[in-house]
Parts: sequence; C-alpha cells; structure tokens
Amino acid sequence: MTFEEIHQRLAAKFGDRVGPLAPANKDPWAPVQPAAILEVCRFLQEDPDLAFDCLMNLSSVDWPKKNQIEVVYHFWSYSKQHSFIAKCLLDRGRPEIASIESVWKSADWLEREQFDLMGVVFTGHPDLRRIMLPDDWVGNPLRKDYKEQAEWHNITTTRESPLDGFVRLDELVKKKASEKKEVLQ
Amino acid sequence: MSKPLEIPTMDMTSKEVMRRIEYTGDMLLNMGPQHPSTHGVINFLVQTDGEVMKRAIPEVGYLHRSLEKIGERCTYNGYMPYTDRVDYIAAMFANQGWAMAVEKIAGIQVPKYAEYCRVIACELNRISSHLISVGTMAMDVGAVTPFPYALREREFINDLLEELCGARLTYNYLRIGGVAFDLPSGYQEKVTTFLDHFEKILDEFNRLITYNEIFIRRLAHLAPIPQQMAIDYCLVGPNLRASGVNFDVRKQLPYSVYPGLQFDIPLGKGEQGTQGDAWDRFWCRVEEMRQSCRILRQCLAQIPKEHDIMGKVPRKIKVPEGTEGYSRIESARGDMQYYVVAGAGENAHRVKIRTGSFTAMGIIDALSRGLMIADLVALIASLDVVAPEIDR
Repeated sequence: MTFEEIHQRLAAKFGDRVGPLAPANKDPWAPVQPAAILEVCRFLQEDPDLAFDCLMNLSSVDWPKKNQIEVVYHFWSYSKQHSFIAKCLLDRGRPEIASIESVWKSADWLEREQFDLMGVVFTGHPDLRRIMLPDDWVGNPLRKDYKEQAEWHNITTTRESPLDGFVRLDELVKKKASEKKEVLQ
Repeated sequence: MSKPLEIPTMDMTSKEVMRRIEYTGDMLLNMGPQHPSTHGVINFLVQTDGEVMKRAIPEVGYLHRSLEKIGERCTYNGYMPYTDRVDYIAAMFANQGWAMAVEKIAGIQVPKYAEYCRVIACELNRISSHLISVGTMAMDVGAVTPFPYALREREFINDLLEELCGARLTYNYLRIGGVAFDLPSGYQEKVTTFLDHFEKILDEFNRLITYNEIFIRRLAHLAPIPQQMAIDYCLVGPNLRASGVNFDVRKQLPYSVYPGLQFDIPLGKGEQGTQGDAWDRFWCRVEEMRQSCRILRQCLAQIPKEHDIMGKVPRKIKVPEGTEGYSRIESARGDMQYYVVAGAGENAHRVKIRTGSFTAMGIIDALSRGLMIADLVALIASLDVVAPEIDR
C-alpha cells in the first residue's frame, strides 16, 4: 500500500486524531495525537491489510523555536513490504508519551535511547533508564540548549590546551568571540 | 539464604575448603567491559546459577562519542569522516548511508560510474567485514586456526582499498554526489585476480571450519531465533536472514546499481540444526561473501567507460529547514538507516543513525535465559555486534 492509502485507512478509523498527511517534500508523514499513539500502533500491527510487524526506527527532534519535541516513528511491514512515518508533537517542557514497547519489542531499547539523549519520558516502559550515559549524568545532550557539565566524578569534560595558556575550551570560545567583536568594532 | 562464608585458610584439607565455599544462591557477575570476546567494550551483568545463566543484561555506552550531536554541528560534507567511525569494521557503508541521505534531501544526482565505484568499494568492504566476523566467531568458540586464515585474506582487501582511497580502516572514500578518487589503473585486473584466489579460499575455509564436525556440534541448535521474534526485535541483515526472513535492502528496495545485478540471498534453513541458530548465522555470512564475489565480477564487467566520479554538487549544500530524508542501505551488519532533518544553514538539524548492532543487542537479554555462560560468548559473536556501532 502507498503512504496515501495507509493514511486514508488510519483517518477513517481514528478521525481527527490522525492529522493530514504532511506535504510530500521527500518522505511524507502523518501527525498523530500523543494520547492516541498506543491505539494507532496496535491498529497498525493488527489490521490484516496494514500488518506492520516491525518498528524500524524511533527518533526525536528538538525544535526550541516552536517549543516542541517531535517523536518520529518509522514503521515497516515485512509481509506487505510497505512503510509509514508517524510523528507526535510534544510539549518541550514536559515531553511525555505512552510507551509502545508492548506492541513491538524493538521499541524497548529505541525508547531508552531517546529518554537518555533527548529526555522524552515514555510512560509504561518496563525498564526506563539511561542507556548510553552514566545514570547520574545531568541533562540530555541532544537538546539544542544542552550545556555539558564541567566535570563528572572529578573527571574533567573540558580540555585545557598549553598553546592557549591553559584556558578551558568553552571559555576560550567565548574569549575568541569577544575578541572578534572588538576587532569588528 | 545460606550462612555467611568463611575464608578458607592454608591448613584446611581440600575437602574442608570445598565444603566451606559451598554456596547455593545465584551469582551476579560482571562480564566485561574488557572481555576479549565481547567485540569491543560492552559489559554484561550476568546472573548465573552455576554454569547456567538466568539472565544477561547488556550495559552499553562505553564507546558513546556523540556522533549524532556532532552531525548537527558539521556541514554535510564535513560529517563524512565522522561516519567512518560509526562502524569501523565496515566504514564504507556508513559513508554510503550518509551520502544517500543527503543526496535525497538535496536532490543531487550521482553519475553511473561513481555508483559502480561505490558498489565495488562496498562489496569489497562487505567481504572484509564478514571475514572478521566469521574469523572471530570461530576463535570465540575455541577454534583459533581459522582466524589467521580469515585475516590473511582481509589483508589483501585492505591493500586493495588502500590503493583506492589511501586508508585501510576509516576510508572516507565517498563524497556527497560521488566518490573521492577514480579507480587506479589496472584495478579491475587486480580485483579479478583477488576474486579468483578468494573463491578457492572460501571452499578451503568451508572445509576447515564451516562443515567441521566439532564446530557444527558446538553451534547447531544454539540460541535459535524464531522468525517472528527476529522481526519483533527488529533484527537486520544476516541475523534476520538466518531466521529465514527473505529480506535484503539490495533486493527488496534496490538502490544504487543493485537493480541491474544478479545475486542470491542466502537464507538460513536449519541445515545442521534449528532454523536461525548460531550455525545458520555463521553460514549466512560465509555464503554472502560468495555472493559479494559474484556482484564484484558483474560490476567490473558492467562499469561504464567514461570516468565521471562526481555529480553536480553546489559548493555550499543548503537545504530548506525542516526537509527530511530517510535512507536505507544494506550494510555488512544489515539494514542501516539514516534519518536527516535539514537545518537552517549548511548543516543538519538532527541526524539519527539506526544501526544493526544496536537492535541486535536488545535481543540478548531475551535469548540469554537458560543458556550456558560459554554459549553467551558464541551468541554475541554470532550476532556480529560491533561496539562502536551500538553506541555511536
């Protein structure tokens, strides 16, 4: 089935909880209301014509200007050989969405990764903890406004170079920027 | 619970010592991160009752280098050398995935000749990656001899790739819109000579290890993955095909010049044991090397005459903000996917790399229940996980 057919199928079943198909720039996608994601996923998996048996990717995109975090789901069906992309738009301040680990097992690690790096909370996930970073790490690195902590258990995360007079790297960037400003003035 | 343990002293008899260290509870062991057979730095928390595991929980992240964050700060071209580090055993595929994703969002056409160069480089890389995989797998279960056999052949491929792009491990050969260098003169003959030699070696390798009685007994029926489970956990590549799922991105969603090439997809049939067991995964890789040889021979015969290695690429690649692209390629470790969202300037707003090893690690917890500790090593090796590809 094509993207449009799958989307029509979903729209007929869920009404306005599945938004219109986004303009086909490269890969079209459909917005889904965050509250309905679990139901939509179940339907995608169980409907015999759709038969999406695999969640192949789950990622999230941070948009500070729009104050949104998008969670992007890429579905794939091995039996029907078709794919579909759904997006959930979450509030950046409190990104929370239902876990779909009960539908596809591959969501387990993929959701943990987004929880760790982007800070999206997947409610109902059986084992939601950091996967890449240490458990006591502060912040979510893939957020656009992320500031790395200066040290972790007395291990510095910045590099001081003897060539720059042992100034910390983040301070050096600031120093160079202000110097550039002075030159311009 | 059992009573607290006494520390055995030197004057005890061995029987007394044995009685004192008798302990009936489960043990929690750390396997890794510096364990030689975990293929990089991965830690397993193993809960065991004697030799039998109740659970093995993978702890990853030791090789996390924030490649996705770096992708947001580099220009599209500038990110290419970093993609080599996604999977250093098969760096060419990570290059190609990135190039294809950016070409998709920027609408760049790649000349036919460059596509052939890409496929030749990738298939050579696939053979060298599978050689590492099957060699180390044999070594992990105790057969050391096949490993130097595999590495000797891999050296020839490294030489060939070095001649092509100057590097032996992190190639940085592909560019957005084409490839960096033309094939050197006489390259076709060299590759053909190597293939003639290598196909004979593959038969020898089969005689040495694949159909070795001891090896089959060690791996047959070991940790079989049923089809449905493999799909549910999103296994990809040879791991998926060993379970009998007929899916190869090169065949089902053909890209580059693969539509014009003839090759078969080896599927696990449970020839020596259960379908989808560790031996099937090993066998799939060996057979894929043979298919790669076939692909290489066809590429060398079909490659166009005009040496056009770069398409028309603007000096600064700029894509409207928010444009999204998704590319899927068949890497040595299976379906590798890049998800790119374009940013306002010359760089991406978000890069997400979905790799085969990451999802393969997710299944180990479920498969390890009831296995022996020694079999965990064989299981990890048979899934062919590479640590940098898990953590990125």
